[in-house]
Amino acid sequence: MNPLPPIFKDWFDRRGWDVHPHQQAMLDQATDRALMLIAPTGGGKTLGGFLPSLIELADGAHAGLHTLYVSPLKALAADIKRNLRTPVDDMGLPIRIEDRTGDTSYTQKRRQRADPPHILLTTPESLALLLSYEDAPRIFSGLQRIIVDEIHALAESKRGDQLMLALSRLQTLAPNLRRVGLSATVEDPQAIANQLACHPDPCTIINADPGPDPDIAMLLTAEKPPWSGGGAKYAIPAVLEQVKQHNTTLIFHNTRAQAEIFFHNLWLANTDDLPIGIHHGSLSREQREKVEAAMVAGQLRAIVCTGSLDLGIDWGNVDLVIQVGAPKNVKRLVQRIGRANHRYNAPSKALLVPANRFEVVECVAALEAAKAHELDGDPKGPGPRDVLCQHILITACAGSFDESVLYAEIKTVGAYQGLSRAAFDDCLDFCATGGYALRAYDKWKRLLQTPDGMWQLRDPRASQRIRMNIGTIQDTDTLKVRLKGNFKPLGEVEEAFAATLTQGDTFLIGGQVVRYENLKEMTVEVSRRADKAPKIATFMGTKFANSTQLSQRILRMFAQPDWPTLPAHTSEWLNLQRKFSKLPEANRILVESFPHDGRHHICVYGFAGRNAMQTLGMLLTQRMEEKGLHPLGFVATDYATLIWGLDPVNDPAPLFEATNIRADFETWLSGNAVMKKTFRGAATIAGLIERNLPQARKSGRQATFSSDILYETLTKYDPDHLMLRITREEALRGLVDFGRIEEMLSRTAGRIDHVVLNRVTPLSLPMFLERGRIGVAGAGQDRILEEEAARLMQAAGVQSL
Amino acid sequence: MNGYYFSFCGTNCVAMPSGALYLPDNSLLCVSDLHLGKSERIARRSGRMLPPYEVQQTLQKLDDDLTMTTPESVVCLGDSFDDLDAAAQLGDDMRLWLAGMQAGRNWVWIEGNHDPGPIELGGTHRREMRIGSLTLRHIATDASAEVSGHYHPKHRLAGRSRPAFLYDKDRMIMPAYGAYTGGLASNAPVLRALFGTSPIAVMTGHKAIPVPTGNG
Repeated sequence: MNPLPPIFKDWFDRRGWDVHPHQQAMLDQATDRALMLIAPTGGGKTLGGFLPSLIELADGAHAGLHTLYVSPLKALAADIKRNLRTPVDDMGLPIRIEDRTGDTSYTQKRRQRADPPHILLTTPESLALLLSYEDAPRIFSGLQRIIVDEIHALAESKRGDQLMLALSRLQTLAPNLRRVGLSATVEDPQAIANQLACHPDPCTIINADPGPDPDIAMLLTAEKPPWSGGGAKYAIPAVLEQVKQHNTTLIFHNTRAQAEIFFHNLWLANTDDLPIGIHHGSLSREQREKVEAAMVAGQLRAIVCTGSLDLGIDWGNVDLVIQVGAPKNVKRLVQRIGRANHRYNAPSKALLVPANRFEVVECVAALEAAKAHELDGDPKGPGPRDVLCQHILITACAGSFDESVLYAEIKTVGAYQGLSRAAFDDCLDFCATGGYALRAYDKWKRLLQTPDGMWQLRDPRASQRIRMNIGTIQDTDTLKVRLKGNFKPLGEVEEAFAATLTQGDTFLIGGQVVRYENLKEMTVEVSRRADKAPKIATFMGTKFANSTQLSQRILRMFAQPDWPTLPAHTSEWLNLQRKFSKLPEANRILVESFPHDGRHHICVYGFAGRNAMQTLGMLLTQRMEEKGLHPLGFVATDYATLIWGLDPVNDPAPLFEATNIRADFETWLSGNAVMKKTFRGAATIAGLIERNLPQARKSGRQATFSSDILYETLTKYDPDHLMLRITREEALRGLVDFGRIEEMLSRTAGRIDHVVLNRVTPLSLPMFLERGRIGVAGAGQDRILEEEAARLMQAAGVQSL
Repeated sequence: MNGYYFSFCGTNCVAMPSGALYLPDNSLLCVSDLHLGKSERIARRSGRMLPPYEVQQTLQKLDDDLTMTTPESVVCLGDSFDDLDAAAQLGDDMRLWLAGMQAGRNWVWIEGNHDPGPIELGGTHRREMRIGSLTLRHIATDASAEVSGHYHPKHRLAGRSRPAFLYDKDRMIMPAYGAYTGGLASNAPVLRALFGTSPIAVMTGHKAIPVPTGNG
């Protein structure tokens, strides 16, 4: 056992602290090449990660960069800097600590490259950018440790893949580099450990005491939850009451739009003027920082927030977490609950607020899963190749490279250990020539091979554009929003949303109702307006699909004869469904047919999660279109797809024929909007589409044409192109989620229950109120478009000029 | 064909779903803003390597339209090439294809702002030309009975934005025909200023659909 050096021991003693067993274990294993600590929030995880660095740096002998700390959030880097300062200043240690993120000033960044601090706190993107500079070898040559915080969150996304690729580069620049990962509780620690370690090194996993089980319940309200929607407005009085009873409450929402609406309604009801703030990723930095500062100062009683507060920033006094809307995923729920009560060994307190009737069922299922310690998660696929392409370009920015050396280096990344040489060559070829079957760009290659076999940028000036587009976060295009005549932005809205606004429309941003005035140089100008009900800002936010495990738990609940754990209003609803139709079963697909509002409807209960149910909607409507049933549109939720059309579906079984669905899927896939969206993401990461251009973005015709055209051209003339292969693989896993349709098909094996009724069923009722209806672009829709145009022509009296 | 038949300044017109304008009485097909060679120009100037199939895509569309309408005359209404270098870089197979389409036809290249000079390809070059009552030129002036291109108009209806013809009783502005071309919304001030009244938009796509643009 490595005892604490006296100066550290004294500091712990002065604070009345003991070293936690897991912190001691981190010290004892400090020389391991890869080390992962799994600890709940508040378990002194960060200190455990940094202690070995502080001890190694205490004698002031190390010159230059010693420890790199990477976290998924800029705010986390700033927060850690503050927290580290305390022990370092108290003990008078000669350690320089700085952060470096997208928010760091240009001069500060330049200085950091010339004279790096001992400990640098940064994000995956800022690290990738640092590695793209020619002086990267000098900056990192003395690096000893890298600490990856919240590695469980990073590991789920391409940001994690980018980071691990950066680590392989760092390991070459600093061969003695030791890797440390800090993680919240996860379902498969070994999988993350394998990503962290330099393949094939082993990774030591240290498990901290998980602490007592959380105190978690559903919030009881006098009023019943509504049939649909995500606002949870009905729960506002009960939530306010809870806020009053606690010091500080975090109120989590699944989407930014929901957070905005809830915050707005909360303030309308907040007659005591309790200080309550809002925090989400679409707000301007100034606004977020203001809220964070007020939170740290203990001035706020509650914060309405989204995933932007998901990760381990230490807000100190939080003693209650409220989750509004079903958590969709048990692991995220458990991690969010961990945000309350940052005192080790005190139970966290959390309340779930279902936003609608079906979410009551989901919340109860999630509660039970959390109590049973049943975490969910899907195994991650191999390292994505679009991220690899970007990594190759970043490497080229830093200087010339040898392809075999780079390939060997990439193979040390856990997620890319299985990467074949051919697959690597494809990516390199894409970066160099565009990778087209038609070799059109011999003259304008991006990368050239010099006579000695080394690769380099044809035009070194290209590095500027590559650096400007580093990163894997897929923001939809957003526009800044500001008050007319005011320079400071209020926040951002999506371009697609802005396009739907006409003068006079009102929407919510930062908790204010504002009125759209005009669009000026790609900024949405608004005025304050409190008197009108807002048209809702549709910040997309991520719509999470219900996890497979949670869906199965819900289906098991449906099989119960009664539901003592459900509130009466919800169990009565399920009983009505059982009486008039039937409840969906795990190994069968329930299809209900009924007329409504002059249209024929079918509701398909597949329980495959939102994305897969959406895909199923597209496949089924395509099939119906072929059969001349004139489907007009559909809407999908986590559990069902509702389709409406001009003709009834008398025999749904053939629609679900597995071989047909697979065949349709192939033809459908290439022309589909989700594919186009996925393509846009992959092509942007791989450097085919540039999001940021050297000059300010221009408006109007000069703006680049839609990436959809690129997608269509490639599909037609170069269907085997790398970007299309990447797109396809990704769509299957992600937004298309065909894997879960397959799971549904094999689970139900053609057992279809068709129930024909003369009116809407209880369980399908919420589907009618669901947003996000999708029109079928078939014969039916064309006819409607034409009819609409003809009607307008008629009304305008301009059939002829 | 799914075209929209209408009369413009006394001339019978068909707005084709592809974005071409067909004048049946004159046996003339007019296309605007082909921007051939755009991907090559982008690679040359910025290092971005977009799918290099845009010439193929555009010529295929033109070939299909020629097959369908068999016109005696073809007018390319300016900005046919993204710049003169792009014209020079055109591959031999594409030149041959173009030459095949030109064979036996009266082919006119109207000058545009992207390709002002003469091009080493068949056909005649004009600043503008007259067909019956109509004047064809690249950029709109305030003359009447005029057909022009240049602005790449698009129109949005029922959530869909498509390249569109805009016309009123005095002028018509054609959509861009090239595969890699962006567009300008039909309600953009610069377009609005060109029309005395709200023009009619003919949206392209599977079928040419006319719709009034209203005052929005």
